[in-house]
Amino acid sequence: MKVCDLVNKLNLQVYAGEKGLSREITGGYTSDLLSDVMGNAEQGEIWVTLQTHKNTMAIASLKDLAAIVLVKGNQPEADTAKMSNEEEIPILGTTLSSFEITGRIFEALKL
Amino acid sequence: MQIKFAIEGGDFATAGCASSQVKKLLKQLNIDPSDIKKIVVALYEAEVNIVAHAYRGTITVQIDPQKIIIVLDDEGPGIADINLAMQEGYSTATSKVREMGFGAGMGLSNIKKNSDELNIESIVGKGTKLTITKFFATS
Repeated sequence: MKVCDLVNKLNLQVYAGEKGLSREITGGYTSDLLSDVMGNAEQGEIWVTLQTHKNTMAIASLKDLAAIVLVKGNQPEADTAKMSNEEEIPILGTTLSSFEITGRIFEALKL
Repeated sequence: MQIKFAIEGGDFATAGCASSQVKKLLKQLNIDPSDIKKIVVALYEAEVNIVAHAYRGTITVQIDPQKIIIVLDDEGPGIADINLAMQEGYSTATSKVREMGFGAGMGLSNIKKNSDELNIESIVGKGTKLTITKFFATS
């Protein structure tokens, strides 16, 4: 499933990185600990987190993640959004909690 | 081939820049993607450790045909008990650093898991020197 398909399906916000919306999602990882994501997320996964600072985008880029989903209405900081555009890795958003959006993404990726 | 980076303690805005440049370089050199992934994890964690804990440091990356050797040399508080620091979950990070999602006590174990050799020398009150070696997969 492409990032744009998931955006449409789950009605996600797109905050930045629109050029990366055609990236393919191979799975997902939910965590707010950066070293956990660094050590355990896999290339192509979509990352659900409440962290909004620029280091999330550094990790997304280094790990070749498909996109970041910010939960609970959190929005990216300006420099995070800028890097998302440069790296072409989208930052998405939802008002749902990590628990709820992870469940929905999990279901969507199973189909 | 050798490249060198200067890292400023506390500068989280540029944390990961050295790792990103090394990743690009390794890709250009056609290093095996699974090796690149591991090297990037180890280097990023070590780079962030300088930013989170030290005052300043240098990263020297030596790339040979068979291996990469990364030396991270910092001026900082040093590590009093290296065995304790190696334990997953143990961290001396400040609350500010933890709020960012760092300081979970996983950094050094991530480095160890993703390298072939890890050597740590540290003098309390002076600094820490990490030497990370990863051998490239032979094709």
